[in-house]
Amino acid sequence: MSQRIPVTELTDSFRGRAVGALADNQLRTNFRVAMDSLMKKRADAFPDEEEREGLRELGNHIKARALSRLPDLLEQLEAKLTANGVHVHWAETTEDANRIVHSIIEAQKGTQVVKGKSMVSEEMEMNDFLAERNIECLESDMGEYIVQLDGEKPSHIIMPAIHKNRFQVAKLFHDKLGVDETEDVNELIQIGRRTLRQKFLEADVGVSGVNFAIAETGTLLLVENEGNGRMSTTAPPVHIAVTGIEKVVENLRDVVPLLSLLTRSALGQPITTYVNMISGPRKADELDGPEEVHLVLLDNGRSGAFADAQLRQTLNCIRCGACMNHCPVYTRVGGHTYGEVYPGPIGKIITPHMVGLHKVPDHPSASSLCGACGEVCPVKIPIPEMLQRLRQENVKSPAEHPKVKDGGAKYSRKERALWRFWVTLNTSPGFYRLFLWAATRFRKLAPKNVGPWTENHTAPVPARRSLHDLAKAHLNQGDR
Amino acid sequence: MSELFYDAAPNATRVAPERAKPRTYPARPEEVTLFGTCVVDLFFPEAGLDAIRLLEREGIRVHFPQEQACCGQPAWTSGYVNEAREVARAQLNLLDNGLPVVVPSGSCAGMFRQHYREVFADEPDTLKRVDDLAERTYELTEFLLHVCKVDWQDLGQPTRIALHTSCSARREMNTHLHARELLGKLANVTRLDHDHESECCGFGGTFSVRMPEVSGAMVLDKTRSLRESGAVEMVTADGGCLLNINGSLEKQHQAFRGRHLASFLWERVSGEAMS
Ligand code: SF4
Repeated sequence: MSQRIPVTELTDSFRGRAVGALADNQLRTNFRVAMDSLMKKRADAFPDEEEREGLRELGNHIKARALSRLPDLLEQLEAKLTANGVHVHWAETTEDANRIVHSIIEAQKGTQVVKGKSMVSEEMEMNDFLAERNIECLESDMGEYIVQLDGEKPSHIIMPAIHKNRFQVAKLFHDKLGVDETEDVNELIQIGRRTLRQKFLEADVGVSGVNFAIAETGTLLLVENEGNGRMSTTAPPVHIAVTGIEKVVENLRDVVPLLSLLTRSALGQPITTYVNMISGPRKADELDGPEEVHLVLLDNGRSGAFADAQLRQTLNCIRCGACMNHCPVYTRVGGHTYGEVYPGPIGKIITPHMVGLHKVPDHPSASSLCGACGEVCPVKIPIPEMLQRLRQENVKSPAEHPKVKDGGAKYSRKERALWRFWVTLNTSPGFYRLFLWAATRFRKLAPKNVGPWTENHTAPVPARRSLHDLAKAHLNQGDR
Repeated sequence: MSELFYDAAPNATRVAPERAKPRTYPARPEEVTLFGTCVVDLFFPEAGLDAIRLLEREGIRVHFPQEQACCGQPAWTSGYVNEAREVARAQLNLLDNGLPVVVPSGSCAGMFRQHYREVFADEPDTLKRVDDLAERTYELTEFLLHVCKVDWQDLGQPTRIALHTSCSARREMNTHLHARELLGKLANVTRLDHDHESECCGFGGTFSVRMPEVSGAMVLDKTRSLRESGAVEMVTADGGCLLNINGSLEKQHQAFRGRHLASFLWERVSGEAMS
């Protein structure tokens, strides 16, 4: 139907990538089918609305309490972990974090790393950093393994290869691993597993993420379904955990509701197959476990969000992915359209703090503010409110001192002038009525082509008479 | 869950606002103000007039202040806070007379009920008036259902319709439930569900022109599921969604159309077929 304007000059933007994604029917089907099933799983996991809402409220309070004491909790975490024999490192930037990880591996003279699923390591682009230094870093999570094999980035924070269906995976395995093409999902998993098993035994270092870092006990909690997380954190002699500073919670008691919220919101599971609680390296009387455990705590812009009471709520996130599963935009354009590590609604509100609004100027506007994300977020982040705030920061002039990294990316005198005109129109009743009169009187002259709107719609034609006019005639009474 | 709250009270960090308690409704007032909204004003004025007729039918005197304009939503959602505040202030001043305000659009009602608090967050004195306005603002279907407690006789022929509810109205004010219940009072009207009913139609104000390709894909899906629902027409209480959905249907050369719920309701209860 509608003529699509080629947006070639926009290919390196959200909009340009969206055009490409929308034209890919396979991709769109893959996402729609997958997201529909995830939405259903979440709904089934919360049959009792009262219970769900109570739990979400609790989750929100726990995270808010943890954030309100963030500096203290981080110090407590460091002290406890150190006492448990874990080495704690602080990284302000992803570059710092990579250097820390590299130096730990170098000290071991390591050349092979296996990695459990970790979005923070994606944020760091750790694989590339290590590869440039001749260290092989192998993804052990099946989804991550698939995207790594294809030279891609994850398209979802929980299911990295969700943009591919099993036929595409079968073909990939056939092409890259030289195995027979099979569409049997179990067989595909077995192929991946066989390849990975050997690597676990050979690896010098295991890397993982962290779901909750518990300050009171100095415990790193990691959930997963494939057992690869446990392998990565126990088989190699050295384990390096990387995580963002917002993952710290006060105590184990806080973890119970958060864990339930996380697994039910993410995949509709009452609990994951594996729950790993790491409290330090192998003790003298223990049979297995790493000899060394490190934790790298990454800031990468999080403290910028923390500094603002409103935007701080972004750091409540427990990375369940429910917001993207329910997002009508994400469902249609997929994760890669966002161009950065974190896609979907959470990506739109956290990425600006990490890379600055200049790099992702369209992130705040790529939303209809429908609110589906905020409705499901297990820790009640008001995501639409965050987006709206980022829009404010995005249109500020330099003189207005935007409060978000590289704010003012969409500042435009021209657009500001148009809004000033709109203010005049809507605050001058006489002028407004004159406008209504002219628009209805000359309705036939209404433009037939109104920019991007007419790509998808016919041009709207004003009515013959405005409501102001009709109401006045109908009511035939003095104005109040 | 409450015993688990133990000492979860935070400090210096925002917590989610308390869940809204079910709204209590006053007795039917003698007079109300109709806030028409700018989209209805210019594109669907008949719907505004039908809203007035529906209210008058319940014995209510309706005022339509001629000084009213836009509620400020477009600037607010675009990030132009100061501009939104100026326009919002003009409406706030205009509506500052204690009368209930009825709005034939969920998202504009939501602006009064929810977002004016954010718009005027830095003005404690204004906030009192904002809260007062929020307290007496009603979306049309909500008002007809819970305040007027309408008791209708359906005078129309049997028909099948689909109901679309704007996202903000649905998620901020549950208006889909009000509209459903209201439609349920019409004996000859069958409301049919449509696929992905709670999903956004893709309008989102300026989103539709800033991200036309994504918005276009959304409205295409929405119009398809509406057409495939088996309904003969779609009704909605939101001007923005209506503009989006009808504009897309026309562009696709489809005969299927949506119309404003107020017009549909008036036709059913008055027995008058609208032009
Ligand atoms: S923002 Fe909320 S819904 Fe989205 S990933 Fe984070 S916790 Fe989950």
